[in-house]
Amino acid sequence: MATETPPATAASAKGATRKGDRIFLGLSRGSGITLLAIMAAIAVFLTWRAALAIGADEANFLTSFEWDANADPPRFGIAVLAFGTVVSSVLAMVLAVPVAVGIALFISHYAPRKLAAPLGYVIDLLAAVPSIVYGLWGALFLVPHLTGLYTWMDTYLGWTGLFTYHGGAARSLFTVGILLAIMILPIVTNVSREVFRQSPKMQEEAALALGATRWEVIRMSVLPFGRSGVISASMLGLGRALGETMAVATVLSPSFLIKASLLEPGGGTFAQNIAAGFKEAGSTGRDALIASGLVLFVITLLVNGAARLIIARRKEYSGANA
Amino acid sequence: MSRTAVADAPVDRAAPPVSTLRQPRLPRWAPLGLAAVAAVLGIGIGLVGGLDSRLQWGLIAAVLYLGLTAVLASTVEGTRQAKDRLATSVIWVCFLLAVVPLASLLWETLVRGAKVLDGYFLTHSMSGVITLEPGGGIYHALIGTLEQVGLATLIAAPLGLLTAVYLVEYGTGRLAKAITFFVDVMTGIPSIVAGLFILSFWIIILDFGYSGFAGAMALAILMMPIVVRSTEEMLKLVPNELREASLALGVPKWKTIIKVVLPTAVGGITTGIMLAVARIAGESAPILLLVFGSAEINNNPFDGAQSSLPYFIYEQWALGNEASYDRAWAAALVLIAFVMILNLVARGIARWKAPKH
Repeated sequence: MATETPPATAASAKGATRKGDRIFLGLSRGSGITLLAIMAAIAVFLTWRAALAIGADEANFLTSFEWDANADPPRFGIAVLAFGTVVSSVLAMVLAVPVAVGIALFISHYAPRKLAAPLGYVIDLLAAVPSIVYGLWGALFLVPHLTGLYTWMDTYLGWTGLFTYHGGAARSLFTVGILLAIMILPIVTNVSREVFRQSPKMQEEAALALGATRWEVIRMSVLPFGRSGVISASMLGLGRALGETMAVATVLSPSFLIKASLLEPGGGTFAQNIAAGFKEAGSTGRDALIASGLVLFVITLLVNGAARLIIARRKEYSGANA
Repeated sequence: MSRTAVADAPVDRAAPPVSTLRQPRLPRWAPLGLAAVAAVLGIGIGLVGGLDSRLQWGLIAAVLYLGLTAVLASTVEGTRQAKDRLATSVIWVCFLLAVVPLASLLWETLVRGAKVLDGYFLTHSMSGVITLEPGGGIYHALIGTLEQVGLATLIAAPLGLLTAVYLVEYGTGRLAKAITFFVDVMTGIPSIVAGLFILSFWIIILDFGYSGFAGAMALAILMMPIVVRSTEEMLKLVPNELREASLALGVPKWKTIIKVVLPTAVGGITTGIMLAVARIAGESAPILLLVFGSAEINNNPFDGAQSSLPYFIYEQWALGNEASYDRAWAAALVLIAFVMILNLVARGIARWKAPKH
């Protein structure tokens, strides 16, 4: 019995190997290729509609400050939208990433162990809170509570010209930046925490054994290990901030003007403009919105590509391969 | 106090070697004590200075705490310890700073949302409701969300899972590199751009109408890269020894993947998929462009406008009166609860299916 069975199973296994493997490889490779095809289709279809719109545009698409896409002839440009998008997202990054790294370190290395697990849990849950809820909270709770801060900033930082404020509802790009920062905080924290938690325990223990303080351990072993992870986390955050639609649409009071002061209402972002203008848009208007969406797409593409390159270049030093 | 111990040390013959090895330390209760002092000072300065915002009191106390800790630690314990303590305090402050808005978000939603949330709200649509007056509900939006998200998951989960398997188990060449790169790029696609793509392709060019299915396709585009990335991470965590052991026993590769690799990682994969579902369940931008929104119940996702929970919140907010604000908060509460329950179930599955040691 025992002497007969091995050859039989080996033979049947060999047959199954080839066929099953081929099908499975085909399926999984096919999915990968589908994914690439979708990306290509996104680029092609958006470019096509955008080309139609830009062809009909009577103003300069890149530098014009107006948006009359439904007029005849249509005149529209993305200068204001590009400015608003970049300013609010960069502001969100600057505010959120240091705090997020702090929280991530707190959870992975500082919090009492009993507290750390539930905290990580809570942050996970917060990362899942939908953007429209942030938008609702931003519009109905955050905006009324920011006037005090803005008056203070106007008094002490008004001389820079960036932070002058003349009262009224705080529906400005700065508010958008703050809200976006709060929104991306859980995601950036989450990803960073995962990375920090995986940092090599042996290195940390070795550093501690050599007499390093906890901060020195973090600076010499955790942060270098986690650097590419933090960049990747920030990238995710920036991607979400750049393309955030509903939270911006509810909080910002839009206008097609670039103002020197970040605290004054006005400005706009790509995504917000699409959401706000879509229902009234005619056929050219829609194509114009698609054209602005294409620009947003290209910007996020560049940001993600650049972050990807940074991660790839630093990987060999970061110890992520260890 | 530690200083005095060192000064007295020469009297005790056994002490000097100890004191050279161990630097003087602040007592264990020092951070708590300093925090209390800083809090009292912060409140004091706030009262004397006539600052009416509690937030300012808190900020002053935080800054005082950081300063006091740094000064005390550097005089007693030396620069390195001082840096360590400063870093610890900064990280604590970071944490507390972040908790405030997030806690406020949850609290506001809970308190304001509970006002009109009841059985009637969950089982009725907005059909025929005058928006200025209380009444109506989210039944139509719930149906829409469930159908759109379900369809999106049916499209995205298998594709994403198989792509991740390809990347981890098979992919080595140029194709795998391209896919990895574009999955990363795809994670960054704004939801509104995915919506615009389906709009131009499905509605403008192929001339289909607005429907739940159009929205589901956009949601699937958003979901796919999340599934791929989380699954990929999980598959990479599966120890190679398991694969090698299985292959060495003569098990074919596809069977190794299905019977060994995927079951080992199934907890993480399920969690990843459910988190992706939770993420897309809250997307309103593609719904705005593709499903168009409706006050009526439409059970067919393939034909005609539908609503969805996030869209409903936006719609009610945009109406801008108290009754619709109440409905928006209640819908937000339902949406958050939905997302949280998904998360909790995902965690439960992750724990239940986790490899036993």
